[in-house]
Amino acid sequence: MTAPITISRRSALQGAGALIVSFSLARAGFAQGASETPEGKAAPHLPGSLAVDPHLDAWIRIDADGSATVFTGKAELGQGIKTALIQVAAEELDLPPARITMITADTGRTANEGYTAGSHSMQDSGTAIRNAAAQVRELLIAEAGKRLNLPAGQLKAENGAVIAPDGGRLGYGDLVGALDLHVAAAEISTLRDPKSFKILGTPMRRVDIPAKVTGGAAYVQDMRLPGMLHARVVRPPSYGATLKQVDMAAVEAMPGVARVIRDGNFLAVVARREYQAIKAMRTLAAAAEWQEDAHLPQQGDLAAFIMGMPSKDYKILDQHGEAGAAVLSLEVTYTRPYMLHGSIGPSCAVAHSEDGAVTVCTHTQGVYPDRAAIAELLRLPPDRVRLIHVQGSGCYGHNGADDAAGDAALIASKMPGTPVRLQWMREQENAWEPFGPAMVTKARAALDASGRIVDWNYAVWSNTHLTRPGPAGTLLAGQHIAEPFPVPEPKPIPLPEGGGDRNAIPIYTLPNAEVMHHFLPDMPLRVSALRSLGAYMNVFSIESFMGELAAAANVDPVAFRLNHLDDPRARDVVTLAAERFGWDGRPKSQDGRGCGFAFARYKNLAAFCAIAMEIETERETGRIRVRRAVAAVDSGQIANPDGLRNQIEGGILQSASWTQYESVSFDTARITSIDWATYPILRFHAVPDSVEVHLIDRPGLPFLGAGEAAQGPAAAALANAVADATGQRMRDLPLTAAKLKAAIGV
Amino acid sequence: MTQLMVNGQTREVDADPDTPLLYVLRDDLELHAAKYGCGLGQCGSCTVIVDGEAALSCVTPLLLVEGRSITTLEGLGTAEDPGPMQQAFIEEQAAQCGYCIAGMMMRAQALLQKNPDASDAEIREALEPHLCRCGTHMRILKAVHRAAGLMRAASAAPAKGAA
Amino acid sequence: MKRSALIAIGLVAVLAVLGAGAAYYAWEPEIPPVDPGKRPAFDPALIRRGAVLAALGDCNTCHTAPGGKPFAGGLPIPTPFGTIYSTNITPDAETGIGRWPEAAFARAMRRGVDRERRHQYPAFPYDHFTKVTDEDNRALYAFLMTRQPVGAETPPNALPFPINFRPIVAGWKLLFLREGPYKPDPSRDAVWNRGAYLVEGIGHCGACHTPRNMLGAEKQGQMFSGGDAEGWHAFAINHQSPSPILWDATALAAYLRQGWHGMHGVARGPMAPVTANLANAPDEDVTAIAAYVASVMGEASPERREQSDRLISAAKPSGIGDKPQSAGSQTVPPTASGDLGKAIYASTCASCHESGRPVPYGGISLSLSSVVNSDDPRNLINVVLAGLPAAEGVKTAIMPGFAAVLTDPQAVALLAYLRAEFSDRPAWTGLEAQLREARQSHVALKTTSGPGRPTSETISEDKP
Repeated sequence: MTAPITISRRSALQGAGALIVSFSLARAGFAQGASETPEGKAAPHLPGSLAVDPHLDAWIRIDADGSATVFTGKAELGQGIKTALIQVAAEELDLPPARITMITADTGRTANEGYTAGSHSMQDSGTAIRNAAAQVRELLIAEAGKRLNLPAGQLKAENGAVIAPDGGRLGYGDLVGALDLHVAAAEISTLRDPKSFKILGTPMRRVDIPAKVTGGAAYVQDMRLPGMLHARVVRPPSYGATLKQVDMAAVEAMPGVARVIRDGNFLAVVARREYQAIKAMRTLAAAAEWQEDAHLPQQGDLAAFIMGMPSKDYKILDQHGEAGAAVLSLEVTYTRPYMLHGSIGPSCAVAHSEDGAVTVCTHTQGVYPDRAAIAELLRLPPDRVRLIHVQGSGCYGHNGADDAAGDAALIASKMPGTPVRLQWMREQENAWEPFGPAMVTKARAALDASGRIVDWNYAVWSNTHLTRPGPAGTLLAGQHIAEPFPVPEPKPIPLPEGGGDRNAIPIYTLPNAEVMHHFLPDMPLRVSALRSLGAYMNVFSIESFMGELAAAANVDPVAFRLNHLDDPRARDVVTLAAERFGWDGRPKSQDGRGCGFAFARYKNLAAFCAIAMEIETERETGRIRVRRAVAAVDSGQIANPDGLRNQIEGGILQSASWTQYESVSFDTARITSIDWATYPILRFHAVPDSVEVHLIDRPGLPFLGAGEAAQGPAAAALANAVADATGQRMRDLPLTAAKLKAAIGV
Repeated sequence: MTQLMVNGQTREVDADPDTPLLYVLRDDLELHAAKYGCGLGQCGSCTVIVDGEAALSCVTPLLLVEGRSITTLEGLGTAEDPGPMQQAFIEEQAAQCGYCIAGMMMRAQALLQKNPDASDAEIREALEPHLCRCGTHMRILKAVHRAAGLMRAASAAPAKGAA
Repeated sequence: MKRSALIAIGLVAVLAVLGAGAAYYAWEPEIPPVDPGKRPAFDPALIRRGAVLAALGDCNTCHTAPGGKPFAGGLPIPTPFGTIYSTNITPDAETGIGRWPEAAFARAMRRGVDRERRHQYPAFPYDHFTKVTDEDNRALYAFLMTRQPVGAETPPNALPFPINFRPIVAGWKLLFLREGPYKPDPSRDAVWNRGAYLVEGIGHCGACHTPRNMLGAEKQGQMFSGGDAEGWHAFAINHQSPSPILWDATALAAYLRQGWHGMHGVARGPMAPVTANLANAPDEDVTAIAAYVASVMGEASPERREQSDRLISAAKPSGIGDKPQSAGSQTVPPTASGDLGKAIYASTCASCHESGRPVPYGGISLSLSSVVNSDDPRNLINVVLAGLPAAEGVKTAIMPGFAAVLTDPQAVALLAYLRAEFSDRPAWTGLEAQLREARQSHVALKTTSGPGRPTSETISEDKP
C-alpha cells in the first residue's frame, strides 16, 4: 500500500550534518552573502527573522530518525529562550519536545539575528521558527500526500508522523529524505489553531536546568579544551590611562607562565594553570606604571553635571488638542545613577587560533556583531572568524562579554595553535563593563478640576544606551592596543524602540503632550545597554509622577491610571494586578506600611506589565522591606508560562535591588565600586515574603517580549509604596535607607 | 602531592598548597560546579562542603583541606539520578542563568544536613552570604523548602518499611 | 577557682550589707500611669535633640532584638549572672513605656527604678545615665514617646536566685551608684566638658571599656582599662590602649564617625552599631567625645610614639593592589614554607591584608591592628571565625569567615603566628579553650552582623 521508503544520501547527510559540531567557519547550506545585519533586506515581507534568512533549512532540519534540529540566532542567557523556542517548534511541527535539538547563536551555523536583546527573541526568532516549522510540517504532509496519493487535506501531522485517514503513519524521518528544505519560506504559513495547542502555552521544564543543578557542562567558564592555557588581562587603572613602563621579565620567569603579552596598553598573561595566571597577573599589575588622564564628574552633583552636558535635542512627541482648564500643576525632577550589570560570573571566553582562522566561544549577546568587531580587531576577513555562543553568567545587557571575547581572541591570535581561556576578575568586570547610564528626567503636568491630565511635559537627559560591537573600537582590546581603533560616535537608538527615550512617551491618553529627548554624546563613563535601557528610568519617572498626580487630584492611583488608559489590553493588566493584589481592600497606610502601583507597556510595543507592591518602612532607619508584589502580564501568545513567570519574578527582584541600593561610585579618575563590598546588591534578608505573577494569555496573538517588562514598573511601584507608607516622595535613585531616613527626619 | 577526599573518593592533586580549593576542583579535578564569582568570599558562588560545613572555596587554600572530606554539587547526584536538593531545584525551576545556584545548593545542603527542619528564617539567614543577580530568590527559597521535604521523606521511608 | 564560684561567695559576703542598704534604697513610690492619648505634643526641636542623644547613647542597639522593631526590646544580654532581656521602650501602652510620665523616665535614668517602682538591673547602665541632665532626659523622653508604638512583651530574664530578687539591686546601688548629673570641671574647656559629659553619661563608654568587679560594677580606678562586651573584648581606651598606632583626637573622631580609620581598621562586634549611630550624631559632639577620650589616653611615652611613627611610615600603601581596575584588590601571596601558621597566613590572609588596598575595603596591615596587639585574643578569634559579614544595602568592609575551614590546630597555629609576627607582645595562652568558646558562642558571631544597622552613606564616598 505504501511505497517503499528510501533514504537518499543527500538527506541523510543533511540530517546527520546538523548534529556534527564542526569547527568549519562557513555556515554550510546557507545562502552565501546573506546580509550581516538583522535589518538586512533579504526578505523583508516575511514574518519575524525569516526576513533575515528565508530558507527553511536555516531554521529547521529534520533528521533521518525523525527528530528535528532547530536553529536560532538568539542566545540562551538564562532567560529560558532555548526551551521556549523548542516549545514553539514542537507545537508547529507536532513533534515531542524531547526530539528537538536546539542550536543557538553560532556564526558557523545559525542565521544572523543580531543581538539577543530588547526582549526581541520571541518576536523575532520565535515568529520565524513558528512559521518555518509550520511550513516544514505542511511540506511533510504534502510529501506524505504524494506518497500515499491522498490530498493533503485528508492528512494530519501528529507526534512526529503524518497520519492517514486509515490510521497509517509516515514518520517525519521517512518523509524527509525526498524533501528539499533549502527553499525560501512562503509568505503565509498554515499556523496551528491556538485552541488546539498542546505544548505552546503550557509550562515546560527548562532544558538547561538539569545540567546547571548537577554540575554538568553548562557555561563557557567550564570549557576545557585539550592543551588549553589560562589567560588573564591587566587593565589600566582608569579610563584612558597609558602604560609608561612595565617589567615583564620577572613575570615571564614565574612558574607556569607561557606568555606575557603587551600590545600598547593591552597587557595579558598566559599560564598553564589558572591560579598561576592569576598570580602572574597580579605581579604584572604591580610592575606596571601608568599615566592616568581620566577626569570623572563630581559624583555628589551628578544630576547637574548631566543636565549641563552638551546635548542633541529631539522633540519626540508634540501633540495638542482640546482639554479642560488647568487648576493645578506639578513639576518634578527624577535622577538615576550609573548602574552595574553586575553579572555574578565575571566575563569569560575561550579562543583558538589555527590556520589563520579564529574560533571564539563566548557568552556575547550578538555573535555576528561581535564577530565583526573581532575580525576587524584581528585584521581578518569576517569569514575567518567564528563566534559560538556558549552560556555564561546572566548578562542583563551589554556587560563585559564582548570585550572578554575580544581579549581572548587577541591573545589567542598571538599564540596560534593553543586554545586560550580568559576570565576577567571581579574588579575588572565591575570597573570596565559598560554601565547603565546615569539619567535625569523632568516632568510637568497640569490637572483640570475633574482630575484629568490636561497638559503633559516631559524631558529626559541621557547618554546613548548602545555602544555594542560593531566596530573594533567598541572593544576594550581595540581601544588599548598599540594601534587602536577609533571609538565610534554614539548615536541615539531610533524610536519606537528608543534608547534613553525608551518608554519616554507615556501610553496614557493625553490631550496635550510634549516629550523631549536630550541626547548627550559625551560619555565620561563607559556606558551601554542595561536591561530595559532608558525604560527603567522613564517608567520609574512617569509612573512615580502618575502617583504624585493621583495624590494631587485625590484620586485612587489605579483609578487615576484607568481614567487615562484607553488600550483594552493595558486596562486588563492594570485591573488584574489590582484585583489579585486586593488593591481596593489593601491595608491602610500606617505604621510604616504602604502600597504602590505602577504599569507600563515595555517600549510601548512589547509586553504589558502592571505591578502592585506592599512594603514596610522602618521609620528609625529608613529601611525598606518589600513584603509582597503582585504582577499581571500580557505578553501575547505565551510560549512557556513558567519561564515567563520566572522572568517577571526575577525582573521584580532585580529592579528592587537596583532601586533600593545600587549606584556605581567613582573618584576623580577611577571607578571605586569594584566588588560587592563597594557595590552592594540585594541579599536574602531583604527578599520579599511573596511575589505573584498572573498571566493573561492571548492565544494566537503575536509574541510580545517580556524579559525586561518588569524593571520599570517594579521601581515605580516601590517608590509609590514608599510615598504611601511615609508621605515622602523619593525621586533620586537609589531609594536608600539613609535617604529615606533623612527625608522622614526624626 | 596533596590527598583529598572528594565526593567520597580519595583524590591526589599536584598543585601548590597556596592554590585556592576552587581552582583545584575546577582545573585539577574537573569538577566545574563551584564557580569563580569574586575571589573575595563576598558572593558565595564557590561554596562547597568541607567536613559538613559550607565553605568558600575561592578563599580556602589547598593546604587547609589536606586529607579532609569535600563535597561538591557533583557529589549530590547527577542529571539522570538527581539527589533531593537537585530534584527540588529542578521541580521548582529554581534557576535563571544558574551561575550562583551551585553555591546556594551547597550552602542549603549543609544547613539541612545539620538542621533538617530549618525554618524559612533560618534558610534565609544561611543563604545571606550568597548573591543572585537574576532575582531567582523566591524560587531558591521554595526549592530549599522542597528539598527539606524530600530529604525528610527519604529518611522516613526506611522506617515506614520496617513498620 | 571558677569565676562563678567566686561570684557566689562574693554575693553571700555582701548580702548583709545589701540587706541594710536595701532598707534605705529599696523604697521608691510607684509613679501613677498617664494616658498615652492625653500626652501633650512635643516641640519638634526637643524631639530632634532627643534623637541625637539617643544616637549618642546607642539606645537602639540594646533595645532592638535581631530582626525586631527598633526600641521594642527583647535582645538577650548575656551577663556573668545570667541573661537579661532588654525592655520595650516604645510608647506602647501595654508592653512599652507608653504610660510612663516624664518623671518616671527621669527616675529610671537617674536611679534605675521603673514606673512601677521595680529596681532595674544595671545592665541598663544607669550608673552612667544618672549623669544625664534633666533637660536632656526631657529631650530623650520626647524622642521615645514619639516613636512608633510596638506591642512586644519582654521575655522574662533568666537569672538565678538570689539575683532574680530585684530588691537586691538596691544594695548594689548603695555600693556603686553615684547618683546625680554630671558636674563640669571648671579647670577644663567647654569641649572637654561636653565630651566628658557625653562619654561618662549617655554614651556610657565605660560600660564596656572599663573592667567590672565580681558584682558587675565598673572597677574604681581602672576606668577604660578594657572590658567585656558580648563575647568580645572592649579595648582599653586609656594609656593601656593596645593600639600600635597612637590614637589622637582627630583619628578618634574619624573612627567614631566612619566606623573605620585607615591606620586602625574597621569597627566590628558591639562597636559597629556604636559607630553606626555616631555617624548620625553632630560633628561637634563626636569631636568632643574624641577630645575627651584622647585626653584620658594621655601623652604617650617617647618610645611608643617612635614605634607608632615607624609603623605608620612602614605601612604606607605599597602601590601594589591600589590599582584595583588593573588586576584586583588582592596581591600575590608570599611563598611560605615550614611554619603552618605562616603558611596559612600567606595563602589565606596576605592577598588582601598585604594588598595595599586602603581600609575599609582593603584588609588592614596586621602590624597596625589592635586586635593582634591586644592581650585578649577574643576579637581576633571572632573575626577570623566569623569574618565581617556584609551589611544591608550599604557599602561596608566584607571579610569572609573561616570558621568552616579552619580546624582548631590550624586556627591556633594561625593565631600564634599572627601574634608573634605582628606584635611585640608576649604570646597568647589558652588559645584552644578560647577558640572552642568562641565557636560555641553564637552571640559573638551574630553581633558582627551588619544587617539592619545602616551606616551613614557619606562614609562610602570618600576614600581615605
